[in-house]
Amino acid sequence: MRPETETELAVVGAGPAGLCAAIEAARRGVRTTLVDENPRPGGQLFKQIHKFFGSHRHGAGVRGFRIGEELLAEIERSDVRVLLDTVVFGFHDDNTLGLYRGGTVLPLRARRTVLATGALEKPLTFRGWTLPGVMGAGAVQTMINLHGVLPGARVLMVGSGNVGLIVAYQLIQAGATVVAVVEALPAVSGWHVHAAKIRRLGVPVLLSHTVLEARGGDSVEQAVIAPIDGRCRIDGRGERRLDVDLVCIAVGLRPLSELAELARCRLGFVAPLGGFLPLHDETMKSSRPEVYVAGDLAGIEEASTAMEEGKLAGLSAARSLGKLSRREYARLAEEIMDNLAELRLGSFGEERRRCKDEILLRYRSLNAAEASAGGR
Amino acid sequence: MNRRIRRHPILEFDTGRARVHITVNGRQVEAFAGEPIAAAILAAGIRVFRRTARLDSPRGVYCAIGRCTDCVMTVDGTPSVRTCVTPVEDGMVVESQRV
Amino acid sequence: MARADGALSLEEIAGCPGWPGEDCIERKRVAVLECVEDIPCNPCEAACPAHAIAIGSPITNLPAIDGERCTGCSVCVAICPGLACFVVEKNHSADLAAVAMPYELLPLPEVGDTVRALDRGGRYLCPGEVVQVQRAKRFDKTAVITVTVEKRFVNHARSMEVSDRDQRP
Repeated sequence: MRPETETELAVVGAGPAGLCAAIEAARRGVRTTLVDENPRPGGQLFKQIHKFFGSHRHGAGVRGFRIGEELLAEIERSDVRVLLDTVVFGFHDDNTLGLYRGGTVLPLRARRTVLATGALEKPLTFRGWTLPGVMGAGAVQTMINLHGVLPGARVLMVGSGNVGLIVAYQLIQAGATVVAVVEALPAVSGWHVHAAKIRRLGVPVLLSHTVLEARGGDSVEQAVIAPIDGRCRIDGRGERRLDVDLVCIAVGLRPLSELAELARCRLGFVAPLGGFLPLHDETMKSSRPEVYVAGDLAGIEEASTAMEEGKLAGLSAARSLGKLSRREYARLAEEIMDNLAELRLGSFGEERRRCKDEILLRYRSLNAAEASAGGR
Repeated sequence: MNRRIRRHPILEFDTGRARVHITVNGRQVEAFAGEPIAAAILAAGIRVFRRTARLDSPRGVYCAIGRCTDCVMTVDGTPSVRTCVTPVEDGMVVESQRV
Repeated sequence: MARADGALSLEEIAGCPGWPGEDCIERKRVAVLECVEDIPCNPCEAACPAHAIAIGSPITNLPAIDGERCTGCSVCVAICPGLACFVVEKNHSADLAAVAMPYELLPLPEVGDTVRALDRGGRYLCPGEVVQVQRAKRFDKTAVITVTVEKRFVNHARSMEVSDRDQRP
């Protein structure tokens, strides 16, 4: 096998899911190539400066970026070949991936692939949304936590899910003033503890409110907010102008499923998990037998579920390459599935659990439909 | 206006990163080696990266993950470079484009 | 359940197993775990050196505090990923209560500083004096600041504003 253009396992995306998939597969002796379009691996992990929740057994209480550092150290100790600044732009029927790096196109033939391409912030359109100073919450988080740059001093946060609440707190840590958080629903969407942290610092959380406009000459100088009811009707009388220079949009993420689609993985639309995502079975295998999926690509959840799914995908790929016995695989996979089930407990996890079960059902009916149509 | 975060309760910045210099529309801007061009530009307090051809609308950074193309600029003569995912190099010449 | 906008009422907190009870608060320094949602999370249970916090299985159970076992050491205050734990001492002195809170901002206050004590909604309550600043490697940059406040605010003071907070970048 020529090392440069062939590999046993290609992992696309070096965020928490991809890193865990590569580490797990390499542990089983799978020759693995990890590809990421960024100059550094880690995905969203290094932006997470708060302590993670979950079970103490699995590293709860540790700041996200420290978990990232541990994973990177493991990758370095392993045999995984890491290709950074490399975009995967193609996926052919013969399992050759098209890589683009430094102006050169490289083919990479992979017997198996794990897609862990993550997610993208959803935009919110409103008057003035293209003005400099309107940014996605992820973008703001990248700037403040990775690059040490504060893109604004007075912030309107749009959206009270965990991302919005956490980034609002991190903006305060970075030295900004969060003038308000607006949430279109009548209750905070994210976890109470994240809302509590900012409320007790004096940040108003305005429920049933939305942003109407970002105003300014060449960049944001003001935002206009107004009450909104359950049928999306704006109450113009309640309009207020806020003196802000940064409007941060945190209205949800969607899986980056373009490569999966290109690879002919069948997608399904699962709204609570972000939109179109590749359908998969309980081993993380997609509708294309050589392709596995993991992390936010397989449904928007959290870093902890991404890591567990990544491990599972890496293990499943290794198993399919004959690198571990059925028994060993079953034992390890069951442990991971137990961890995933634990992370999906509770009122917040319930919908995600239901949706992940729905994905499995729809995956199975895909196969049934294809089988009855004569198969491929 | 310098928008670099000097002190942070959790993170450490500025620890031994090499400094480089780029020019942005003729203005010299200090940057840290390896950071994205967009970070250096925002750090220098510059918010307008380009203006659109038809409506002359100012555009800056939106997604910072290389997907939305709001932040594209001409870098060393090459147009439409996504500044949010392209690392700075000493001496880079960065200019707005009308697209 | 939890107040929709992130600021709980005392009634809501007192209804949860993390509330040690008014009687206990009257008698000793004790932790108050303001954890009200069934999120899978349990580092407080493992971290408590006195084994005074119980979550068990499933880990979505709300943490329960055993006020008698609790020594008020404040490790839980620093460990909780949600910054939801506090240690209160109603009878710190004849006039003052003391509240230990997690703090992750700059500048860090120092012992002897006067701060503005705030409630769960960020509203000003009274001036507070910093009597202790705990930092430890295992706290990983979460400081535990103990502030004395007017006794009547022992169950309300949960945040502080540090004077001359110079956060300009």
